[in-house]
Amino acid sequence: MSGGPDVPGEAVIRIRGLVNRFGTETVHDGLDLDVFRGEVLGIVGGSGSGKSVLLRTIVGLNRPAEGRVEVFGDDIMRCGETVRRGLEKRWGVLFQDGALFSSLTVAQNIEVPLDEHYAMPPRLKDEIAACKIGLVGLGEDAATKYPSQLSGGMRKRAGLARALALDPEIVFLDEPTAGLDPIAAGEFDKLIRDLRQSLGLTVFMVTHDLDSLFAICDRVAVLVDKRIRVGRLAQLLADDHPWIRAYFHGPRGRAALRAEGADPAVRETPATASA
Amino acid sequence: MKPCAATFVAMEEPGTLVLAASGEWLLASAAELDHRLRALRVPAGKRVTIDLAGIDRIDTAGAWLLLRTERELEVNGNRVELRNLRSSLAPLLAQVQAGGMRPAVSHPRPVHHSLTGFVARIGAVTIGIAARTYRILGFVGLVLATVLRLLRHPGRLRLTALVAQMEQTGVDALVIVGLLSFLVGIVIAYQGADQLARFGAQIYTVDLLGVGILRELGVLMTAIIVAGRSGSAFTAQIGTMQVNEEIDALRTLGLDPLEVLVIPRLLGLLLSLPLLTIYANLMGLLGGCLMAWGVLGITIPQFVHELQTSLEPMSFWIGVLKAPFFAVIIATIGCYEGFQVSRSAESVGRLTTLSVVEAIFLVIVVDAIFSVFFSMLGI
Repeated sequence: MSGGPDVPGEAVIRIRGLVNRFGTETVHDGLDLDVFRGEVLGIVGGSGSGKSVLLRTIVGLNRPAEGRVEVFGDDIMRCGETVRRGLEKRWGVLFQDGALFSSLTVAQNIEVPLDEHYAMPPRLKDEIAACKIGLVGLGEDAATKYPSQLSGGMRKRAGLARALALDPEIVFLDEPTAGLDPIAAGEFDKLIRDLRQSLGLTVFMVTHDLDSLFAICDRVAVLVDKRIRVGRLAQLLADDHPWIRAYFHGPRGRAALRAEGADPAVRETPATASA
Repeated sequence: MKPCAATFVAMEEPGTLVLAASGEWLLASAAELDHRLRALRVPAGKRVTIDLAGIDRIDTAGAWLLLRTERELEVNGNRVELRNLRSSLAPLLAQVQAGGMRPAVSHPRPVHHSLTGFVARIGAVTIGIAARTYRILGFVGLVLATVLRLLRHPGRLRLTALVAQMEQTGVDALVIVGLLSFLVGIVIAYQGADQLARFGAQIYTVDLLGVGILRELGVLMTAIIVAGRSGSAFTAQIGTMQVNEEIDALRTLGLDPLEVLVIPRLLGLLLSLPLLTIYANLMGLLGGCLMAWGVLGITIPQFVHELQTSLEPMSFWIGVLKAPFFAVIIATIGCYEGFQVSRSAESVGRLTTLSVVEAIFLVIVVDAIFSVFFSMLGI
């Protein structure tokens, strides 16, 4: 869990006063959040607390009732078509079950964004696709398989390869380890950590997985009471909001803490002090 | 934020060729870099030094191009050395080196693009049809066995489901079946009148209508409409349950999916399709009657009288008799294809289409067989 910026740098995502309503139900009510360049931010919250809605709002799939969402300084609600296309090149999204196009092979899935945004010779495209497939740890034979021929874990890796096709600066991950066995989930965590390190990615990760949180997140944002409480793990562990206490200090939270091998409250102290 | 041009310059130094790369080696410049790197010719055996001092930024595409060039030069028999690699760029190069150095994806050409592939495909499709026929027959056997079991224990028949199916396949179809039959009646009456008027035989329009609608068109139109709206619904409903593992859940709860899902649909359609056919016949004749009145001036009492004298009751019965056969075809195919759905949502759509096509095809084939059969019997 190293390499996170100790000093908050440039905010690549800035959300102010976000309100999301579905019918009469308010999901987000005046939510503020900053995501800084190069960090891995984990989003947690109870079922139905609007984690995925928040992700969908940032990438422009959901129009909020009120508020302002800026990505790289551009307001995604009000920017024009050209700005928006520029933004799309700079982020990648991994949906929950990969959301691969079922009529295309894995390699073709990765080539879709390449085709859409760049004119490049077919051979180079095939080389880049092969490279990405290798980077996410899929075998060479996976390239020509269709999504239905892949296991859940492989589909997620393929989805990540497509999300990384354009070498984005931000990747959004929607429950990347949900539905994976613990070994695959651990490998996926490591993969994201490695890629973050080498590509300098900013990672916005919605998750339920406590182990992922402890393993790879620099900061954690908790969705409670329709807003967000964000901080380093040590700060959240000390938070006395009942839901946050139940989350981190419940049996599973304690187990994940123990598995980390050290008390993060102690380990995190220098980083917190320097922040 | 326009990236500054990515480029490289080849320079001779004592004993080595230096490729000095500079700029931002990003995906946006990859196509151009790729073109220039491929055009690079280095004599075999020469030492090559790739100088990375001028590279400002690099992404996986750029890293791939650098490492590919390095590897290809090595294959060419050159000794290659990377120099002035900045520490901030090292992790990415290391990662691509470790995981991403793969040969380009080779997309398999669809086999049917060649002549042998085409012939092989015809063979595969034929075998597929034979296998499918075999499996459908197996399914029919299963359904029959279930029906026989229910005959011994009639209490296990699900009456509520049966009535619900009759409502969905029968009552809910009244509007569309009625309207279309009415329109077909109008069309036949008009076309018939047009042709028969040349011989001064307009009155035989009524005979044409009677025979055409009662024997063939009433039941055929109804069966095709029902195949389109209920057969597809059967496949989609059962298929969706298959995707959600609901069928497996039924089995583990000790319920027989055939008994719970197929029998009510089969019996429901078996009862409602003949009734729908009679209704379609009536609407068709009504449409024809109104058209005959409007175009030919044949009054309604005249029409009814002509119908009674010219038509044997057999024509009516032949039409209605075919309905249960069509009902069995539509329900069996619809349910069978539903069970063929795999765990992917995409297969629901594919099989629903297939189920409608198969059902309509079989309905028309069976109708033709009936025609031949009846003509041999002389009815």
